[in-house]
Amino acid sequence: MAREPRVSRREFLSIGATVGGGLLLGFELPAPPASPFSPNAFIRIDRDGRVTLIMHKVEMGQGTYTSMSMLLAEELEVDLGDVRLEHAPADDARYAEPLFGVQETGGSTSVRGNWEPLRRAGASARSLLVAAAAATWSVDPASCHAARGSVIHDPTNRSLGYGALVDKAATLRVPSRVPLKDPKDFKLIGTPAKRVDAPAKVDGTAQFGIDVRLAGMKVATVAACPVFGGKLASVDDAKAKAIPGVRQIVRLEDAVAVVADHMWAAKQGLAALDIRWDDGPNAGLATADIVRALAEASQKPGVVARAEGDAAAALAGADRKIEAVYELPFLAHATLEPVNCTVHVRPDGCDLWLGTQVPTFTQTAAAKLTGLPRGKVRVHNHLLGGGFGRRLEVDFVVRAVQIAKQVSGPVKVVWTREEDIQHDMYRPYYYDRIAAGLDAGGKPVAWTHRVTGSSIMARVASELFPKNLRVIRALGLHQLMASIKGLDTDAVEGAVEPPYDLPNIRVEYVRQEPPGIPTAFWRGVGPTHSIFVVESFIDELAAAARQDPVAYRRALLDRSPRAKAVLDLAAEKAGWGQPLHPRSARGVALLHAFGSYIAQVAEVAVSPQGDVRVTRVVCAVDCGTIVNPDTVKAQMEGGIVFGVTGALFGEITIKGGRVEQHNFNDYRMLRINEAPVIEVHLVPSTETPGGVGEPGTSCVMPAVANAIFAATGTRIRKLPVKDQLRAVS
Amino acid sequence: MITLRVNGTLHTVDVPLDMPVLWVLRDVIGLTGTKFGCGMALCGACTVHLDGRPIRSCVTPVSAATGKSITTIEAVGETPSGKRAQQAWLDVEVVQCGYCQSGQIMAAAALLAAKPRPTDADIDAAMAGNICRCGTYSRIRAAIKRAAAG
Repeated sequence: MAREPRVSRREFLSIGATVGGGLLLGFELPAPPASPFSPNAFIRIDRDGRVTLIMHKVEMGQGTYTSMSMLLAEELEVDLGDVRLEHAPADDARYAEPLFGVQETGGSTSVRGNWEPLRRAGASARSLLVAAAAATWSVDPASCHAARGSVIHDPTNRSLGYGALVDKAATLRVPSRVPLKDPKDFKLIGTPAKRVDAPAKVDGTAQFGIDVRLAGMKVATVAACPVFGGKLASVDDAKAKAIPGVRQIVRLEDAVAVVADHMWAAKQGLAALDIRWDDGPNAGLATADIVRALAEASQKPGVVARAEGDAAAALAGADRKIEAVYELPFLAHATLEPVNCTVHVRPDGCDLWLGTQVPTFTQTAAAKLTGLPRGKVRVHNHLLGGGFGRRLEVDFVVRAVQIAKQVSGPVKVVWTREEDIQHDMYRPYYYDRIAAGLDAGGKPVAWTHRVTGSSIMARVASELFPKNLRVIRALGLHQLMASIKGLDTDAVEGAVEPPYDLPNIRVEYVRQEPPGIPTAFWRGVGPTHSIFVVESFIDELAAAARQDPVAYRRALLDRSPRAKAVLDLAAEKAGWGQPLHPRSARGVALLHAFGSYIAQVAEVAVSPQGDVRVTRVVCAVDCGTIVNPDTVKAQMEGGIVFGVTGALFGEITIKGGRVEQHNFNDYRMLRINEAPVIEVHLVPSTETPGGVGEPGTSCVMPAVANAIFAATGTRIRKLPVKDQLRAVS
Repeated sequence: MITLRVNGTLHTVDVPLDMPVLWVLRDVIGLTGTKFGCGMALCGACTVHLDGRPIRSCVTPVSAATGKSITTIEAVGETPSGKRAQQAWLDVEVVQCGYCQSGQIMAAAALLAAKPRPTDADIDAAMAGNICRCGTYSRIRAAIKRAAAG
């Protein structure tokens, strides 16, 4: 083995500091340098004028490091190019998401939750610096203003840089409330500011969790029992140990790991193990068993999520009754950076290096397993090579700590792609019964929707609610009550409040857990499932009423002008109603979720053999006030590709208690030659900001399915589309 | 002992001959810009240049690289097509999570070097092996066209 240069922590930091126009995107500093001015948890200014913004949100591609920086910089009056970024440490007290009460990045909440708090943080820091300058000059603070990292005294044009003011500013009392800028004075917010993380991501210097290298670090890869709920029976490691570079075999209750000098030796070692598994109770489990149980459970009444009017009576008295069952499959996240976590367990502490959406959950998980107090567990967050909900979970942290407890020195645990796909925590399989009654004119007079599936919220809430007052305060009493009565508010989000006029509506939820299969949030969370069902079904009603799908929706939107406006905009820009090639057609879908309104028109072409190609998607977005319009467009573009991938190909199936898919050969991703042309149109707005990371994904799935119906007459009631059209074509 | 030329520098490494170039770069030499995505040449995240041609380093044994020149994302900016691609990536704001983008840029740089004015079909053919889970495909296409025009 060639001697590797030993790279120290200090060198890593200096590498990080040189990239990205002065942006530090590598390690968080374990002990920040003594800084004279840190008026709040998000801002630090040194005597040399260097401004550091502490990022409590994690960057997983959604552009949050840019938008969070824009919110702070707007009021702090500094240029984005002059700030450095630092990943925040794990700390709920300082860095909890206001909408959740814990330090978490997810649910398209970052701009929604931090729109005001971060501007206030910037404004209060600025007001201290202005006050410090005014005191230095013995002038009225009102005669001074801040711009580009300096305070200027207007009458005399004197100026002092922030660095010169920090010592005095640090002695002043943080004001309780500072007025925020009038939006007409925004310099940054609303502009397509360049992404702060882009330079490091095009020259290879960006540091993801998987890129961590530490002195003395080993690399491990792991195999968990392929059957969910199974255990390790025995393992013969003689051949593995003979492989050069293999250092140690770690046996766990339900897994084996090979620790080596590098990933190749670890992979070779794992392949050379002769492992016997005790498959356990789920050895015979298949997808069909899970679906059968869901179908049975869906016959029983569920917890009521919404009941208005008398849906049963209205349905019975309706002119026509339309009913359908919709099914959505298990889905893996398949972040392109495979799941990984580096851990160093010592008697006096534990360090973790990874990319995580939940730093404090990570810290708690490691503290529990090591028996160390939380304060002795340090989480070094990194850029995430994709999140999509996968890195909201700590299962892989638990696995890495279990391994690291048996290893001397730091160990980087990297899952192979196969392990990543076969031991994900999956978007639940949903089984929905939906029905509507139409009057003589085809208008819905009754609407019933029963959602049946696994409850992710129940799992999460059982960990959080009983003890965490901060969470209860953030989520509100209604969320606590829902949790107590067994209502999964996520599973029905998008189903409970469709934007349409539905005079008699009843929405229910039935919890039915699949044996052994762990479930978790996926991009678009509840709405990715519910919007597919609601928007496909409203399309069914339009067809039953022999009305145009856009016109039919439009007639039900008198009480939702923002929804109607995005629908009109998408239809107009898409050329709705204009002719297309034979076997090509358009489909529409509308979404109100995450505080945003989105309408999409998808165009599909279906080959005579039944292969579907999504050729174009036109997207209209009203997400309220926009912080960075280019980020909104990028999130729609990416969300649409993510959703088209899911709609056409996405499916995890179970046979013999094991996941049948392995890698990108049988868990397909959309590729560049299959990607639609995407046009995004933004609606100018001064409303409260809405989320944009997830709704693009949720909206496109029904738009595609509705386009397939328009092209072929076949209604897609079960995803993925895959080869469903082959038989009928 | 194997001697490899990586980004113009010679590295002597003691590794098995069948060890993929990817792991030699990442875990032995310490060049982590080249990414692991699938291990089976299905996603393109590990793309590097071998004598200027794009290869999937996760399935290329190090024995196939001896006597040849490896270029990675860390140095592709020193080639004319690599530099143009990187600048176009910034101009168009292609990146999201960024994990696949090293491989995307390596594939694009090789395409631009071979075909300075690629058509849409050329782009499809050269880039279809590179998965972007964030879905930046339309911007990748735009950036390649911009790099070709500039």
